[in-house]
Amino acid sequence: MTQPVAVLKTTPLHSAHRKLGAKMVDFGGWDMPVQYSGILDEHQAVRQRVGLFDVSHMGEIEIRGHEAGAFTDSITTNAVAKLKIGQAHYSGLLYEHGGFVDDILVHKVADDHYFLCVNASNQEKDFEHIAAGNQSGATVEFASGRYAQLAIQGPRALATLGKLTTTDLAAIVYYHFVDGVVSGVPARIARTGYTGEDGFEIYIAPDQAERIWNEILGAGAEFGIKPCGLGARNTLRLEAKMALYGHEIHASITPWEADLAWIVKMDKGEFIGRAALLKQKAQGVTRKLIGFEMTGRGIGRDGYEVLLDGVPAGWVTSGGPSPTLNKNIGLCYLPCDRAKPGQRIQVLIRSQPVEAVTVATPFYKRAK
Amino acid sequence: MYPENLRYTKEHEWVRVEGDVGVVGITAHAQDQLGDIVYVDLPKLGARLEQGKALGSVESVKAVSDIYAPISGEVVEVNDTLSTAPEKLNQDPHGAAWLVKIKLSAPDETKALLSADEYQSYVGAEEAGH
Repeated sequence: MTQPVAVLKTTPLHSAHRKLGAKMVDFGGWDMPVQYSGILDEHQAVRQRVGLFDVSHMGEIEIRGHEAGAFTDSITTNAVAKLKIGQAHYSGLLYEHGGFVDDILVHKVADDHYFLCVNASNQEKDFEHIAAGNQSGATVEFASGRYAQLAIQGPRALATLGKLTTTDLAAIVYYHFVDGVVSGVPARIARTGYTGEDGFEIYIAPDQAERIWNEILGAGAEFGIKPCGLGARNTLRLEAKMALYGHEIHASITPWEADLAWIVKMDKGEFIGRAALLKQKAQGVTRKLIGFEMTGRGIGRDGYEVLLDGVPAGWVTSGGPSPTLNKNIGLCYLPCDRAKPGQRIQVLIRSQPVEAVTVATPFYKRAK
Repeated sequence: MYPENLRYTKEHEWVRVEGDVGVVGITAHAQDQLGDIVYVDLPKLGARLEQGKALGSVESVKAVSDIYAPISGEVVEVNDTLSTAPEKLNQDPHGAAWLVKIKLSAPDETKALLSADEYQSYVGAEEAGH
């Protein structure tokens, strides 16, 4: 029996993952490692020591020119004008109707140069969306092919990466970055991450990726570093309540609903989606994202229905076991007036309503 | 790797017949594919199971997966240790981490199941297809 096999995209570290015995999965068209030693083991490594992730599937878009700042401000929700050189922020890319095209990181490299990190499976769509709206003098470049990206995350991330660079990593403030050198080659080193731990995300040339990957594993060996896959990345980001595109946010969800008002700066001037957000705020937001913990036996998974007083009222966007809290946690949409901590809900797990309660988020916050 | 005294299904369950009782579990291949198992949902004592129909479910960190009854009959024993220690399914799937014991209502059903060799080559082909 032969089936047509879709050709999956691969990162420069594909053969390195195979050599390490990773389990690979199709992640939005990319052949990516879901786990190496096991999701729980990798999760604990990041919370307690340090983990290394290949996130080279993520996309990069660069915006340059005199009008780059004003243009980037006009297509994103956060206030680009307030960014200092060497600073980054989390932001939203919206449709005119206020739903998410993507959630992104915007880095200000120079007054006339902005570097966007975008989701892997959205990168072509994002580029088209941005380029289509560009009536300014700024140039928009689809730059994904020029970068591999590695995430070094956990309390020993600084000590690990510090062995491979002369850049003063301790001087890089959270959500700031420097263009420095790692393992002898240029690297954009950002103190950012998707795990809820301290750590760095580095952007390097693809042909250097496997060498640097191996050098980081070597540098972190004394701390018990683990290569980590998308499985642990998901449990870690869920505990930290970081949104995942296609789950918490998508084209039919606005930042108000997704509890992401903090990345929307309505007073900064016009941007794509602003009018729709203004209108939704005036009319009233009807649903909101809220965290929950299972109190009954079972795990509320993505897409499961949520009941209030026995009546369907919302849905789970992400759910699973929290290795750190040893509880089954999740995020769900509920009507606004009930989307508050302490609300008893039921999650419909395979036709069985199972008890849960809404809770404050994030589920996990690291000690500073 | 796969014990000769078990019979296997293409859905990755096994059964070991002891007199008129069948001990049922999931295979090493199944637990390996699932990864860290965190929750097991099993039928109650006395439940009547039908071959090929859902018996329960097993959940890993990443996903939930159905378990199907490899044979028909009545549940006469449930492995309760799995409710507090589901990780045993990752450690000893063909032994201590059996799921349920079933009083066989149609013992001949086991003849349609795979031998260890047949299951091994079935799994091998499935893995090669990935």
